[in-house]
Amino acid sequence: MFNTGEVLETINMIEREHLDIRTVTMGISLLPCMSGTAEKTAKAVYDTVCKKAENIVKVTSELSREYGIPIVNKRVSVTPAAVICAPFASKAHIIGKALDDAAKNLGIDFLGGYSALVHKGMADYEKEFIMTIPQVLAETDRLCSSVNVGSSKSGINMDAVSLMGEIIKQTAQKTADRDGFGCAKLVVFCNAVEDNPFMAGAFHGIGESGTVINVGVSGPGVVQHALESVPDANLTDLAETIKRTAFKITRAGQLIAREAAKRLNAEFGIVDLSLAPTPARGDSVAQILEEMGLESVGTHGTTACLAMLNDAVKKGGVMASSRVGGLSGAFIPVSEDIGMIEAAERGGLCIDKLEAMTAVCSVGLDMIAVPGDTPASTISAIIADEAAIGMINNKTTAVRIIPAPNKKVGDSVNFGGLLGRAPIMPVHKESAAKFISRGGLIPAPIHSNKN
Amino acid sequence: MRAVVTVAGKDKTGIIAKISSFLAERNVNIVDISQTIMEEYFAMIMLVDISKSTKPLSVLSEEFSGLGEKIGMSVHLQHEEIFNAMHSV
Repeated sequence: MFNTGEVLETINMIEREHLDIRTVTMGISLLPCMSGTAEKTAKAVYDTVCKKAENIVKVTSELSREYGIPIVNKRVSVTPAAVICAPFASKAHIIGKALDDAAKNLGIDFLGGYSALVHKGMADYEKEFIMTIPQVLAETDRLCSSVNVGSSKSGINMDAVSLMGEIIKQTAQKTADRDGFGCAKLVVFCNAVEDNPFMAGAFHGIGESGTVINVGVSGPGVVQHALESVPDANLTDLAETIKRTAFKITRAGQLIAREAAKRLNAEFGIVDLSLAPTPARGDSVAQILEEMGLESVGTHGTTACLAMLNDAVKKGGVMASSRVGGLSGAFIPVSEDIGMIEAAERGGLCIDKLEAMTAVCSVGLDMIAVPGDTPASTISAIIADEAAIGMINNKTTAVRIIPAPNKKVGDSVNFGGLLGRAPIMPVHKESAAKFISRGGLIPAPIHSNKN
Repeated sequence: MRAVVTVAGKDKTGIIAKISSFLAERNVNIVDISQTIMEEYFAMIMLVDISKSTKPLSVLSEEFSGLGEKIGMSVHLQHEEIFNAMHSV
């Protein structure tokens, strides 16, 4: 028989502390869909995605009822579209439309993989593909896009960084009627991972198998609650508490992932044990950091608290599952975390501090709204800074930034739902245009030379 | 296949009767019960065998939630594996 305390603990985590499976994401290879024309490829893409994932919504809702744990999002990630669009890159938008239609047909909220990997160099057809991103994000609803511009092994492709500043600005302009919403579906990576289940940066890497189930678990509220139960513990004990909690959360994720893979006729890929906040109170990474003893996230000490949190989450998760992957750590998306939103509104959290935080946590500058008149070169420079942190520290970093058209510091944008609302944060006024216009490659760091 | 039933809420007459007749009607066998009253708060955990159940687990758990609403208690019926996974190494 079960230990009563343990059973009630699980029920409490689900009912009161927002424990959930944040996403069940099916990765689908589109390589077999490749053909010479956009139209033929688009049909094959649509059919493949609809066929492979046809039961994803049904199976996940069954699992959710059987195990009594909410599964919030069902999603699909696909082979980076730039690869399959190479023969007809200027018509890539046709593939984008087919993917968006497939997502709608399946009843899933996002499909990721309108992506290009250009970390070492950018071929003409890749550049052409990237140029279609603003229009495609404006004309589709559920399609997410990402571009990898750097890696620890290859350095940072500054031509791509420069281009992405422009692309982000154009995407914001083309979705100006929705405060630049298109940018919320566009991520610029350094060291992108091939098995990330979380949007908007999910894609199904070339090195992956045909059809794979990756699961993202969450639970900032559970961790926060666990820390509340040890209010006077020292930091060693706090780390231990986080580790134990992460273990339990990850085990729930692994169970669902295995079962979902079996029922969906796919391979079990990885469990991503990221602490992913939502705008709901009590589901916040910022509040965990504040529970550790900070008056407000963003103040001195924030980076240290986050470093400990991120590491303890990973340790607990790795113990719980042999297939840990994705981004795995703590997410700090400003608009999606009530504690971050409030700190930014108070002026207690600035982009510079967020950048420092990204050096020790799992992603990067995420869901940050900046003034609409921010120059493209400044956005490129922000991307370059993030990519440098990722490249030197052998970690994934990302930038998802929204230069909200016609908005200035003091305003805010509201995307609703899981994407939340973001106060416009100030950026430095001094220009980096000359630096960005130089182009070329920032060479890979010396420690990449391990062979 | 086994599942764990949890029932919690303000104590009143007939809770166990309603729960156990719900299970019996669907041919679900009770393997073990643990029940306590803390102040006026009723908490019960049951281990049940659903291998001969007339309904699949996903339907059982949905119907069980309906019963919970009817009797005004917080109830769950979940696959036992979720607890094994989370609490054993």
